[in-house]
Amino acid sequence: MASSSLFFFLSFVALFAALGVVLAKNPVHSVLFLILTFFSLSGHYLILNAQFLAAVNIIVYAGAIMVLFLFVIMFLNLNADTEPHKPLLAKVAAAVAGGSLLLVLVAALRDVQPGTTYNAAVFDSQIGMVSQLGMVLYTKYLLPFELASVLFLAAMVGAVMLGKRETGERNF
Amino acid sequence: MEQTIPEVIRTVPLEYYIYFATALFAIGVTGVLTRRNAIIIFMCVELMLNAVNVLLTAFSAYRSDPNGQIFVFFIMAVAAAEVSVGLGIIVMIYRNFQNTDVNLLNRLKW
Repeated sequence: MASSSLFFFLSFVALFAALGVVLAKNPVHSVLFLILTFFSLSGHYLILNAQFLAAVNIIVYAGAIMVLFLFVIMFLNLNADTEPHKPLLAKVAAAVAGGSLLLVLVAALRDVQPGTTYNAAVFDSQIGMVSQLGMVLYTKYLLPFELASVLFLAAMVGAVMLGKRETGERNF
Repeated sequence: MEQTIPEVIRTVPLEYYIYFATALFAIGVTGVLTRRNAIIIFMCVELMLNAVNVLLTAFSAYRSDPNGQIFVFFIMAVAAAEVSVGLGIIVMIYRNFQNTDVNLLNRLKW
């Protein structure tokens, strides 16, 4: 039963940190809460035996993407004082809308039967290991994998083009 | 064979993962609606992407099917590309308006 209590603990940490992202006044705190969320999600991947995704989640999300966010926030010198605020009414309306979405989704999912959750006869617990996933990735999903590299090239060129300062008053 | 099945798959029903991902997604939606700082809105979009990742991984692990985890890998790759371009756009907005308030961009409406 240790694993199920670990599930509840990690879920609690992830949801608490996700709320922190939304509620924190200081953008730097939001980023740090988001990193905490990503770490607890990596814990989820680990207890689901998806080691590859746990490692990639740490490296790509907590490592690369969040450093980029933190870098931009510090570069732009954003803090709690510069934080724009919505009127209270708009905030309450937005929170009610988000809560209603949660209610509707949960009500719709309550009657769902996901079916047989696992089939013990053909179950393979090694599915999330690097060797197994690499085999699938480089045979069945070879073309999407190569296309992802083209996407990265396009994103890199786009980011450099956007970041370049241009002559004139308006930098568009 | 029973021994090789991870304990969490035997003890936690798949529904719990669905509810957890739903709650995470709803928090992300609420964040996009409540905040006005473009960077925070962007982070809340990442939160929603991760809710979907958790759901895909859970289904993939419970059904012992590697395709779902490959999809998560591709979602992460696309998210990384999206973040680099999106933050470039935010830096450019900041250079022009000295602010990252999304309401400054309402002229895009016309």
